[in-house]
Amino acid sequence: MVDRIAEIWGTRTPYGKDGQWPVRVDRKMADGVDADTVDRWFQSACLLCSNGCACDIAVKDGAMVGIRGRADDRVNHGRLGPKGLFGSWQGMSHPDRLTSPLIRRNGKLQECSWDEAMERVVERSRSLLTEKGPLSHGFYTSGQLFLEEYYALAVIGKAGVGTPHMDGNTRLCTATAASSLKESFGADGQPGSYRDIDSCEALFLFGHNMAETQTVLWSRVLDRLAGPDRPALVCVDPRDTDVARHADVHLAINPGTNLALMNSLVRELLHNGWVDEDYVRAHTVGLEELASVVEQWTPEAAGSLCGVDPGLIREAARIFGTTDRVLSTVLQGFYQSSQATASACQVNNLHLLRGMLGNPGRGLLQMNGQPTAQNNRECGADGDLPGFRNWANPEHVQQLASLWNVDPLVIPHWADPTHAMQIFRYAEQGSVKFLWISATNPAVSLPQLSRIRNILAKPELFVVVQDLYLTETAEVADVVLPAAGWGEKTGTFTNVDRTVHLSDKAVEPPGEARSDLDIFLDYSRRMGFTTLDGSPLLDWSGPEDAFEAWKECSRGRPCDYTGITYQLLRGGSGIQWPCTDSPPSGTERLYSDGTFPTEPSYCESYGHDLLTGANVGPVAFKAMAPSGRAILKAADYSPPHEMPDEEYPLRYTTGRTAYQFHTRTKTGRSRQLRAAAPSAWVEMSVSDAEAAGLAEGDIVRVVSRRGELQVPLRIGDVRAGTVFAPFHYGYWDAAAGLGAGSTVSASSAPHTTAANELTITEWDPVSKQPVFKNAAVRIEKISDGDRPAPAPTTTASRPAVVDHQAVPPGRAVPGERAVPPTLGGADAEAEEFIGGEGEPA
Amino acid sequence: MNLSVYLGLLHKAEQTLADSFRQVAKGHGEEPDVHFLCQTLAKQCDEHQRALQPLVDRYGETPEAEPERLHAEGLSETRQGPVGLLRDLQDLYLLASLVDITWGMVKQAGQALRDSEMLAVVDQCDKQTAVQLAWLQSRMRQAAPQALLVAE
Ligand code: SF4
Repeated sequence: MVDRIAEIWGTRTPYGKDGQWPVRVDRKMADGVDADTVDRWFQSACLLCSNGCACDIAVKDGAMVGIRGRADDRVNHGRLGPKGLFGSWQGMSHPDRLTSPLIRRNGKLQECSWDEAMERVVERSRSLLTEKGPLSHGFYTSGQLFLEEYYALAVIGKAGVGTPHMDGNTRLCTATAASSLKESFGADGQPGSYRDIDSCEALFLFGHNMAETQTVLWSRVLDRLAGPDRPALVCVDPRDTDVARHADVHLAINPGTNLALMNSLVRELLHNGWVDEDYVRAHTVGLEELASVVEQWTPEAAGSLCGVDPGLIREAARIFGTTDRVLSTVLQGFYQSSQATASACQVNNLHLLRGMLGNPGRGLLQMNGQPTAQNNRECGADGDLPGFRNWANPEHVQQLASLWNVDPLVIPHWADPTHAMQIFRYAEQGSVKFLWISATNPAVSLPQLSRIRNILAKPELFVVVQDLYLTETAEVADVVLPAAGWGEKTGTFTNVDRTVHLSDKAVEPPGEARSDLDIFLDYSRRMGFTTLDGSPLLDWSGPEDAFEAWKECSRGRPCDYTGITYQLLRGGSGIQWPCTDSPPSGTERLYSDGTFPTEPSYCESYGHDLLTGANVGPVAFKAMAPSGRAILKAADYSPPHEMPDEEYPLRYTTGRTAYQFHTRTKTGRSRQLRAAAPSAWVEMSVSDAEAAGLAEGDIVRVVSRRGELQVPLRIGDVRAGTVFAPFHYGYWDAAAGLGAGSTVSASSAPHTTAANELTITEWDPVSKQPVFKNAAVRIEKISDGDRPAPAPTTTASRPAVVDHQAVPPGRAVPGERAVPPTLGGADAEAEEFIGGEGEPA
Repeated sequence: MNLSVYLGLLHKAEQTLADSFRQVAKGHGEEPDVHFLCQTLAKQCDEHQRALQPLVDRYGETPEAEPERLHAEGLSETRQGPVGLLRDLQDLYLLASLVDITWGMVKQAGQALRDSEMLAVVDQCDKQTAVQLAWLQSRMRQAAPQALLVAE
């Protein structure tokens, strides 16, 4: 047994280059339940991050009572992280679950029947469509539904209602991954494979705190680092994360300066001749432009702007330029910062310049944040056209119209789809009057929360919320629809490295909760959406019908699913798309032959200017003659728009902790996870704390131009000049304690713990991903603390190690207040079966 | 030589465009993308004026000799609401088009003069003006249906 709160990544199983990552099956059972006596195990995959760890759910007497990792799966080789072990099934089976539809009567949400709730929705939807047309409707969905559900929603939005106003919270987590892939390679689609970790000789993590965001993937890296041929590790992150601690080179750059660093790394490759010239000539366009944009970014120029030693930039470039097999990963430190797409594209460029794509250990992972973000993108629930089709290509629109048998004019395709922040802006202005929010919590997760609360509260905006719990967003809805979730419905989803998993229904949902798919199908039926011949637009009877329909939609496109069936996904391992008759077992890596989906008739996008987001358009795109070659895109650095100044002297950045997911809707309802990271805090450096006269645990006020936080202070290893806040802590559990009925109303709680009270309304011009990681704040003391901040000590939020020698005699030591280590105790003990040994089949 | 008149026109047009971008940035602070990008693009126009300077030094700039009604008026104030935004972007588009086509004329002259320095300046600036136009067009296309059909 191992305390998996204290040991986030579990026991090491080292292995060498090109070796097999050893199996370690992790298992956690409910109190008093013996794994041998459960009724049945149901196949699934964990839904608490983008990693997609395959698992089996234990069921006894109709309830979920435990979980174990699947040894045969290519993603996790049996492992699960703390969220998977403690948050997956417990997060579903809490008494707070919604069990009945709710409808607002006289200002209050009250229980009602499904008929009444759906009729209210349909009545409003119909009358608005008649009076105002489809542009009055907006849909804001999730990165946590199943493929089948996104596809249903996309068909309803595009062929039923006909609105371009559809997006997911994937806009907040993964939009830049999609955008950078489209800009560089012509279409979305992850080039690399998780197995590249097994084969790489150097690993670059760009703004990716993998140790906390995908803990099981980090276990794989730790096992390589502990093995015989340790890969070199380079980390770009302003915090001293676990990744940084293991790194050979840590570039702790100022927030908001990613692009300057990236331009410098590219320049170093070019100047030192670390370029595969044959590859670049044969497989790319745009070298000249790229070279001229990066030319001014010497390591000295970048170093002084980024606040790092130019020697470190040179060293990082040397490792990239001279190692035979390099794997790069990119995440929120780049995606949620300024110039997101341009910075992410420069990572693509590094790989293109070295011709390092599509071979073992030589690859690229533009990561996702959420478990099913990939499916949201494929199916077009983010507003894109399904199957990575190009809205600006009339033939692609016609393909969909034929597939759905609808008039192509119904399908909105006159501009880029409306991104989430713009949908909320239209709602603010009153032109979007019907907003259907599914499985996401914008009242905590969008930037500048006071503004979002005002929008959601507008009386003329009709808000439908479909979720598992009464979230902060659901509290202000007009209609709340109780959804069935993970383990209560069947469907598929796809992880970061294109691995498709099936998740089976293991138990009945509570009360009257229904699957999201059933709810969408019901809406479509009640609205009477039809095809050109008058038959129902969606005549599916369940998820497998939806999956089969999706396969047809994906046929011939980069994300081809036609070779996959539910049957194939049962047992064994997940399968990577594209998967057709050939190869029937899926495709491990994309672009092995250096051919990219940039053929104008095939590509998903003609691209954008990286500085402004202007559409390149078909004419200019064709003039570049990319036809199968990748595009080396570039933009010059420009400074973030909100810089520290006298009034707000510190940079503010947000992020997550290993123990929580999103707004804690599920993880906050797991005993072990809740105990490990119970409530909000902020972090600052020793020197900043000293200067401000602050001590560990002091209650501080953090103020930006948009709001304020009042939370305890952790004095940690964050960069001097930077304040960090975790973004998980909204208001549903603002009252102490947790249990049925203990939640206070989100609207009555003071709004001083959610990190997004302070963030700025601004987004990347190409991906439209909000800039969560750069704002200016000031910090002041409210009162002395009587205990250390509730931040975990096992992660990047650990207290700073104070060098007592360095503190002048008589001065207080800032981190002095003793911080007890984060432990889970007996409650957090989970089994590990190394090599699968001892675990009954 | 009338080139100096056109250099003067270009210089003034870039200045008018910069002012107008700033005006729109200020007037549409509620649209963060418009707000921030117009600021960025105004700075590009400032840069263009600086880049023009060596050419002006060489060939002169003769505002006094300019024919009547040569210059376009900038935006004196911004409009309100979704349709107002659309109209302001349209005005910017017209001003940027004037800049764009004027760079084109100057480029032709530079070719006839075999002035490689002039051609380099034109090349660098006009590429950015083309992107400004493309952005304005993308943004208007995005906003038009909502502004024309459902905005109140
Ligand atoms: S790494 Fe992600 S998918 Fe795997 S168990 Fe943890 S939260 Fe779940």
